[in-house]
Amino acid sequence: MLDALIQGLLLGGLYALFALGLSLMFGVMRLTNTAQGDFIVLAGFVVIALAPLVARSTIVATLLTLPLAFGAGYALQRWVLNGTLGRDPLPSLVVTFGLSIVIQNALLEIFSADPRSLDSGGFSTRSLGLGGGLAVGALPLAIFALAALITAALQMLFDRTALGRAFRAVSDDREIAELMGLDARKVYALATAVAFVVIALGGALQAMRTTVAPSDGPLLLLFAFEAVIIGGMGSFWGTFTGAMVLGLAQQIGFRLDPGWGIWVGHLVFLAVLVLRPQGLWPRTRG
Amino acid sequence: MSAADALIETRGLTAHYGDAQALFGIDFRLRAGEVVAIIGANGAGKSTFLKALTGLVKCARDAVRFKGHPIGASAPGAIVRQGLAMVPEGRRLFPSLSVEENLLMGAFARRSGPWSLKRLFTLFPILEQKRRSPATALSGGQQQMVAIGRALMGNPDVLLCDELSLGLAPIVIKEIYDAVPALTREGMSLVIVEQDVSVAQRVSQRVVCFQEGRVSLEGASDELTREQISRAYFGV
Repeated sequence: MLDALIQGLLLGGLYALFALGLSLMFGVMRLTNTAQGDFIVLAGFVVIALAPLVARSTIVATLLTLPLAFGAGYALQRWVLNGTLGRDPLPSLVVTFGLSIVIQNALLEIFSADPRSLDSGGFSTRSLGLGGGLAVGALPLAIFALAALITAALQMLFDRTALGRAFRAVSDDREIAELMGLDARKVYALATAVAFVVIALGGALQAMRTTVAPSDGPLLLLFAFEAVIIGGMGSFWGTFTGAMVLGLAQQIGFRLDPGWGIWVGHLVFLAVLVLRPQGLWPRTRG
Repeated sequence: MSAADALIETRGLTAHYGDAQALFGIDFRLRAGEVVAIIGANGAGKSTFLKALTGLVKCARDAVRFKGHPIGASAPGAIVRQGLAMVPEGRRLFPSLSVEENLLMGAFARRSGPWSLKRLFTLFPILEQKRRSPATALSGGQQQMVAIGRALMGNPDVLLCDELSLGLAPIVIKEIYDAVPALTREGMSLVIVEQDVSVAQRVSQRVVCFQEGRVSLEGASDELTREQISRAYFGV
């Protein structure tokens, strides 16, 4: 069981990377990105496509994808998604759903339906002994550490920087923020740009840890969404711990029965939704 | 006052909320260093007028001029960078920001001038004590000080104040308005929307009365009588 707990936490690290971008976009502009999972898959495929061009270096290909993701996120928000924002949440849901379909079909067309993965140079097969017969994979441990670091960085960005202040101000009251001189459209675009960098990392690491296929997007969205809801809206550490809870639930379910993993995760999600709909650690600052 | 002297000038300003017209051809001028009070009943168009000046409500480009430049169709951010700031009705502080963070948001436009955090804390010492507190945890009067301070951090040439006394006790209202001389001493001009007529006359040099989206009376604060104001206020 201890092994299941450890593996669950490590899996939660990957889910945190899936969920943090969603949490950020919803937190700043109340936008639910239903294409979140598909953008994660797209990022994975971009790294897969770039890797042969940079001497098959996965790390270099991943690093190159990050500024591309930043620019793509900025452009998408600035010139597409900003037009969907308003009191009615439906336009943004419909547009991002449309994007989801476009991305899946484009990837299918370009890469076929076959799952692909990234070569991590043997890193994915290395492990670290914890004693007592327990060992953890080096890659899942690195993903967990990266997820914790990014969560801390995002929280610090929001709490300690002028940009973070701008994010919180436009989220609180866009009209008054604009009265202070902020251009809300640019602030939203920056938020999505940052979210897309995290999405890109999630996609690359998913492709390293397992595989990515064009049809994977909706399932990854579900995991991201469940992690955000379990953890509670408006808190990055809440999202991180929500991801941990989801990862733990799935691993425990898997240990009970190999076919129960994802299903137990859904059950925990539903239980939180019924018993504590605001999430386990709702909106906090710092 | 000639057009050349006016810091703010509106000519035939009209404004709408959807199909409903809220302002019907407002002519208004504000001179440098002047304090003008706008009074009127609820729904008279006072707040709409301030929103039109700050770009929150759109109007014709040439209907509003600030320092001689047309700003009617400008975005709020562009207007605040030119030196026109507003203390909105109901304070509208950012609830997820502390007192200090709310004040710092006012400096986003990066206009240089005499107002800084240090100077604000001299004007409103309680804010220094509460600088790390969530802004919305303060009393109504203290929140109003934060809202004023936030606008001052933009070092505006003109400050628009919308119903500063709303929901505040008389002693707190006095404390807030006692700060006005400190603002005008530096040459700042003020437009104050105020429901309390006696307060409006006390703090301003000129009073403008709005009634159903139109100017119904205008004159020197110390010359207008109660009867004149009452007739213009209620349209009788």
